[in-house]
Amino acid sequence: MSWEVVIGLEIHVQLNTVSKLFSGSKLSTGAEPNTQASLVDLGMPGTLPVVNKEAVRKAALFGLAINADICRHSVFERKNYFYPDLPKGYQTTQLAEPIVGAGVVEIQLESGEKKNVRIHHAHLEEDAGKSLHEDFHGMTGIDLNRAGTPLIEVVTEPDMSNAEEAVAFARKLHAIVTSIGICDGDMSQGNMRFDVNVSIRKPGDELGTRTETKNLNSFRFMEKAIALEVERQIDVLEDGGEIVQETRLYNGDTHTARSMRSKEDANDYRYFPCPDLLPVAITDADIEALKAAMPELPNARKARFIDDYQLSEYDADLLSGSVATATFFEAVTKAGGDAKLAANWVMGEMAARLNAEEKTISDSPVSAEQLGQLIARLKDGTISSKIAKQVFEACWAGEGDPDAIIEAKGLKQMSDSGELEKIVDDIIANNAAQVEDYRNSDDAKKKKKIGFFVGQAMKATQGKANPQQLNQLLQKKLQ
Amino acid sequence: MAIDSKVVAQVAHLARLKVDESDSGALSDRLNDILAMVDQLQQADVTDVAPMAHPLDVTQPLREDEVSEPNVRDKALDIAPAAEDGCFLVPRVIE
Amino acid sequence: MSNAMHNKTLTELKAGLAAGDFSSRELTEHFLARIQQHDGELNSFISVTAEQALAQADAADTALAAGNGGLLTGLPIAHKDIFCTEGVRTSCGSKMLDSFIAPYTATVVEKMAAEGAVMLGKTNMDEFAMGSSNETSYYGPVKNPWDLERVPGGSSGGAAACLGARLAPGATGTDTGGSIRQPAALNNITGLKPTYGRVSRWGMIAFASSLDQAGPMAQSAEDCALMLQAMAGHDQRDSTSLDEKVDDYLGALNNDISGLTIGIPEEFFPDTLDGAIADNSRAAIRELEKLGAKVVSVSLPSIKLSVPAYYVIAPAEASSNLSRFDGVRFGHRCDDPKDLEDLYKRSRSEGFGDEVKRRILVGAYALSAGYYDAYYRRAQQVRRLIRDDFARAFEKVDVLMGPTAPETAFKLGAKKDDPVSMYMADVFTIGVNLAGLPALSMPTGFINGLPTGTQVIGNYFREGQILNVAHKYQQATDWHKQAPAFGGDQ
Repeated sequence: MSWEVVIGLEIHVQLNTVSKLFSGSKLSTGAEPNTQASLVDLGMPGTLPVVNKEAVRKAALFGLAINADICRHSVFERKNYFYPDLPKGYQTTQLAEPIVGAGVVEIQLESGEKKNVRIHHAHLEEDAGKSLHEDFHGMTGIDLNRAGTPLIEVVTEPDMSNAEEAVAFARKLHAIVTSIGICDGDMSQGNMRFDVNVSIRKPGDELGTRTETKNLNSFRFMEKAIALEVERQIDVLEDGGEIVQETRLYNGDTHTARSMRSKEDANDYRYFPCPDLLPVAITDADIEALKAAMPELPNARKARFIDDYQLSEYDADLLSGSVATATFFEAVTKAGGDAKLAANWVMGEMAARLNAEEKTISDSPVSAEQLGQLIARLKDGTISSKIAKQVFEACWAGEGDPDAIIEAKGLKQMSDSGELEKIVDDIIANNAAQVEDYRNSDDAKKKKKIGFFVGQAMKATQGKANPQQLNQLLQKKLQ
Repeated sequence: MAIDSKVVAQVAHLARLKVDESDSGALSDRLNDILAMVDQLQQADVTDVAPMAHPLDVTQPLREDEVSEPNVRDKALDIAPAAEDGCFLVPRVIE
Repeated sequence: MSNAMHNKTLTELKAGLAAGDFSSRELTEHFLARIQQHDGELNSFISVTAEQALAQADAADTALAAGNGGLLTGLPIAHKDIFCTEGVRTSCGSKMLDSFIAPYTATVVEKMAAEGAVMLGKTNMDEFAMGSSNETSYYGPVKNPWDLERVPGGSSGGAAACLGARLAPGATGTDTGGSIRQPAALNNITGLKPTYGRVSRWGMIAFASSLDQAGPMAQSAEDCALMLQAMAGHDQRDSTSLDEKVDDYLGALNNDISGLTIGIPEEFFPDTLDGAIADNSRAAIRELEKLGAKVVSVSLPSIKLSVPAYYVIAPAEASSNLSRFDGVRFGHRCDDPKDLEDLYKRSRSEGFGDEVKRRILVGAYALSAGYYDAYYRRAQQVRRLIRDDFARAFEKVDVLMGPTAPETAFKLGAKKDDPVSMYMADVFTIGVNLAGLPALSMPTGFINGLPTGTQVIGNYFREGQILNVAHKYQQATDWHKQAPAFGGDQ
């Protein structure tokens, strides 16, 4: 009997506010160590936290986006433990009354199947600082620039049963938080970090002991880490061993994982309501205002793509999966006048080139307007699809807009029938033997033999002849 | 609820305090005196009484999302027990 | 009774400055000289900031001459060493912060400075405000100026003693379970703990965040009103400070109190109470009756659980508040830590004294898995019962009165090894902190030459009313004018 895999996720989503959750320090990226750590962030004696309005708004917006109940009086609590990058000796977080209650996220699988992943809750909390282990001659340096950065931690129910589902969920969550504009979504910067809880069991059995693999910062690593952990657990259990509840750390470079700490030395965090903060009130009016300001959500966008552009469900899911892709696609469609072609190019040529160069769509050297122009020329017959690829490459290389490239390189299909007719006449005149042979052939053979003249004409026009036009002309002249 | 030296040691570890063997007995006695006094709380009838975290029934004022804090690194590092290259220094942390 | 400058109240000194009887510099020099002469014996100051004080005094004299005086311009004030003062050591009475030069200034200190106050120095206190005798200070115990073999009370013991001994005319204190009122009573001065949220906690080193409140200490209710006028108000940096209008405390001082209803909680006069303590407070209440107040008996049935509830909630909050003292960013760090655990454990164990460590342990235990419901949650439920008792009482009365402390100043060392008996020193004051109410202690007579005090508790944000009651009492009596022989007239 095979194993059943049970996966739950905890995702830290960094909110893209201007200042920190509890202080007016600027959110830091790449600043000199401790230059963006205020008295509050440093945990100076006598300092006090004040909650950032925008962080609360963004967390609540997320809750509404996943159809969750918003807690009207959410409470910050202190999670007490000692660590050098935790300046106050506690993390201010939420436990009993988190701002976002139970919700649900629908995911789309490649098979066409849809699945609901339930969200247990999502809470607001502050990030810790960073411990730097290099360059301190055997000591550790503490940089508190990141301390106090607002996060929401999203906790799912254990509703996913394989890596594909987990990744589909993670992508959907990424799409949601970027669509509603609460997170920049740059995984390489740690804007979203995934902790994966994995356990296995025989169908019908109780839930197995789970392990937690922490801080995965790409979809690919997440997929690989899950596969690795499932394989490890199966090996352990099939060898008669037991799974130990532990935290594991995955190394994407070596595709290995190791145990960080086991439950035995798990901390007793002594949570209690933070006495420096009061319950955060959210009113009906606040919620109505948030609903009114809610940007288009990925699933609504997907439905619209199916309706407006007649895309397939899977294509629509992919194209609506990130704001950047969706916006790009729609701009291409608008400029090019053909949604089907736009979808094919964005998911085909464009995606392939971006992948190959590890670029995101926002860094694409070909703009949506340029790709749209290319598609327009393809659609109006100015260029062939073969030439289009050549133009795309040139545009990617920065040689200018498609129209300029077509003009400069003379790639326009020959639509002037007079010019083409002259070339065809020359070919017929210069290849008397082949003409004779063609004329003496039956219809089936003629179809094959016309290829010689097409090839000659394409050679003479450097591929710019409109194939249909050329065919018609040859058939007429060779009669 | 009486506590013994073992519990004292566990709690002391949580609080990152060092308790010398020699003081442990006397400390447990003092703590047990305090806990015995505190145990009077068990007499209270608290059925349906909501815990009260704050004296006043008010809610959290919210701050505008603006940068208002200056860079205080130099001041902070001046009073730090050990600092280097803009960072606070601690013995090596092994993850 | 002498008319020397140091026997004058802040209000009188303010008038003297305005009239040009003396300058702020003369006044400041006078108090600095008294501190220098007498504080060796009393130990009420941890730091004296003479140079800054004189600079502030000179600035005050300039402002006064230009007619730009504020509420407190030129008046010398001592700050409890729990308030951060930029560039000045802020020790909180602990070895942990012996070397801590605060990088910023507390709102209370800033607001008073903005009104022209002159800071004489930082007063001694129980370590991290944990104590009722000022014996837990790393800087040694403070002596009671009425009897140098006795404690001044705590934790604002330095503030109360320096006021009692007339080494300063006004001082700030903080009150978590009685730390302003109990030492005020033991030193024959007046001290007010405002409503929780009335005064900003920014820059005041936290002991128990949901209980801590700063307040004024001085010779009279009138002086406390003057100081509170400068201290009170909303602070955007303190989420728990209330955005509520600050009343005109000075303006309310002389309101007629006829028709005022005083409630006497029977629990504040238990059979076990020292009869002489009870008598002094009853006499004070009778004095107010003469001024037209009515007296009714009330009951606060849950108040008997205030000490146990407090000794769960305060240590629990403290255990977490004091985690930031870890030897990493500021404060004491042990020598040559061999690893991180060693750094934490030795720095904290060397930096904290015994009482602080005990409270951290009790607090951590009360919050730990398996005990949270029995201790912390239950204590917070009892806290609500206590608050509800007060709320019921205030439906019928304007103020509540009773003794501030169950006994007069005790001998140094008498309770040092018996924390629970020490905790009982605050049996009448703690309930007020749990409920968050304002309360004042005023001198109401002596027992064997030692001062006693009576507490006036008001409803939320009724500081004006309790100051009014105390002022009326002090207009009719002169207990608050009594000064000890210590540091006698020069």
